[in-house]
Amino acid sequence: MKKIINDPSTVVADALRGMAAAHGDLLDVHLDPAVVVRADAPVPRKVAVISGGGSGHEPLHAGFVGRGMLDAACPGPVFTSPTPDQVLEAVTRTDGGAGALLIVKNYTGDVLNFETAAELAAAEGLAVRTVVIDDDVAVTDSAHTAGRRGVGGTVLLEKLVGAAAERGVDLDGCEELARSVIGRVRSMGLALAPGTVPHAGEPSFTLGDDEIELGIGIHGEPGRRRVPLRPADELVPALLDPVLEDLPFTAGDRVLLFTNGMGGTPLIELYLAHGIAERLLAERGVTVERRLVGSYTTSLEMQGMSFTVLKLDDDLVELWDAPVRTPALRWGV
Amino acid sequence: MGCGADEVVAALRAAAVVVAEHREELVRLDRAIGDGDHGENLHRGFSAVVSKLDGSAPATPGAVLKLAATTLISTVGGAAGPLYGTAFLRAATAVGDAPELDAALVAGALRAALEGVVARGKAVVGDKTMVDALTPAVTAAEDVAEGGVDVAAVLAAAAGAAEEGARSTEPLVARKGRASYLGERSAGHLDPGAWSTSLLLRSFAGGAR
Ligand SMILES: Nc1ncnc2c1ncn2[C@@H]1O[C@H](COP(=O)(O)OP(=O)(O)O)[C@@H](O)[C@H]1O
Ligand SMILES: [Mg+2]
Repeated sequence: MKKIINDPSTVVADALRGMAAAHGDLLDVHLDPAVVVRADAPVPRKVAVISGGGSGHEPLHAGFVGRGMLDAACPGPVFTSPTPDQVLEAVTRTDGGAGALLIVKNYTGDVLNFETAAELAAAEGLAVRTVVIDDDVAVTDSAHTAGRRGVGGTVLLEKLVGAAAERGVDLDGCEELARSVIGRVRSMGLALAPGTVPHAGEPSFTLGDDEIELGIGIHGEPGRRRVPLRPADELVPALLDPVLEDLPFTAGDRVLLFTNGMGGTPLIELYLAHGIAERLLAERGVTVERRLVGSYTTSLEMQGMSFTVLKLDDDLVELWDAPVRTPALRWGV
Repeated sequence: MGCGADEVVAALRAAAVVVAEHREELVRLDRAIGDGDHGENLHRGFSAVVSKLDGSAPATPGAVLKLAATTLISTVGGAAGPLYGTAFLRAATAVGDAPELDAALVAGALRAALEGVVARGKAVVGDKTMVDALTPAVTAAEDVAEGGVDVAAVLAAAAGAAEEGARSTEPLVARKGRASYLGERSAGHLDPGAWSTSLLLRSFAGGAR
């Protein structure tokens, strides 16, 4: 294992200190318990939008804290969900009197810890709602598994709901919007090579030299199948078609196409894949109205990528275009 | 001999030692069908429980269990944190403010713990989770408790049944938690959470005497 770290057990805290140094104008970083809060929190009368999850997916979630997106993020240890007291701390620090919406990716650990936090918050008289995002179409058998996982769609959800909250939409409205976005966003990813969790010291899975995993999860969970590496012109539809067929997205739809890197794949390959995907969508009569290309939902240094497609309407386009000022996404301000 | 707050503290300290000794094993089991953090998560949690116990010694078994519960909930994370935390919390509630635990109270605490895990995680026997170890443990504990034995005998019976239950997870296909994403590929491996449940009950049986 080759990593720029000192000690596996302090990686998250050490990185958070660096984040505080880099983005002190946007964020307040607290270490015990670990929460990253927007610098001007709590914002009076605004719904607090809070997310969190295991670390190792940067910039998700702390990189999206700031005006127009998240009020707070709760970073757990690498690939391990945060604990309820972190979430409760985030709610307490950001509650501006309009309640809090918790955005949770669908993993057993995350769901159980956020659920416990929501119970503790309710017991303290705080208004808290929870939404669970499960956009990964690679999981085909939801009845005999823990269900579809939350992956790249989370970034889009956090941006859209964050924009709504910034405009003064109330807790009911934010929750309703979140559920509607979750209903119209789908994703799937692939891996070329695994990442290594610092305290594990060994790669999370193994792949042959010319083998890829189609449908990989962001913690290296297995996908639909292992196939030989093929040219991008074949890989892109192998990833995009299941996403489009799932909702389904059909001719006449307006969409946001998010081409995401998993951490170890360079932007040059992401643009290459994105270009092919735009062409395929055009051939299907689907209009790409907004796009995001880059490594925003990562899995340490895993080599690979994912596509996320979101069905747009006028309201969502407006929320997407609304100002955002966070370490990882910034426009309009 | 009875089982007061001191004995429950001793049992938790024994559990922390066992978790530390088996940290790597649990990591290895979780790496095979999960994400390799189970040993790390429990080690972090039980070390924190020991630090808490070093700082203050609650007066009743229930208060000790409650301290363990809140500490596990706030330090373990992952699926196991809320599940074990809830188990200890329900056990604490079940024993109330009794100054000493007897066989019936211990069996009742184990039953309450199981109900807590099931209420949170919604797993049934055969899903390849800690429920596969805890369920037979509770039944065995209740069976021997009826015979009027002491606490150590109840825990020994529970530990034996839990180990057997944990071993029974090996051929199963996981239907809950991270391992479920492996589908058929999860068969042929022990479930890490079932194994840690068996280790914990074994350590209680040894430490509470
Ligand atoms: N729904 C559930 N009900 C009961 N136990 C579960 C459930 N989901 C997972 N588990 C248990 O949790 C263990 C995994 O714990 P851990 O590795 O600490 O959490 P995570 O899976 O979040 O990484 C599994 O081996 C299993 O025994
Ligand atoms: Mg795990």
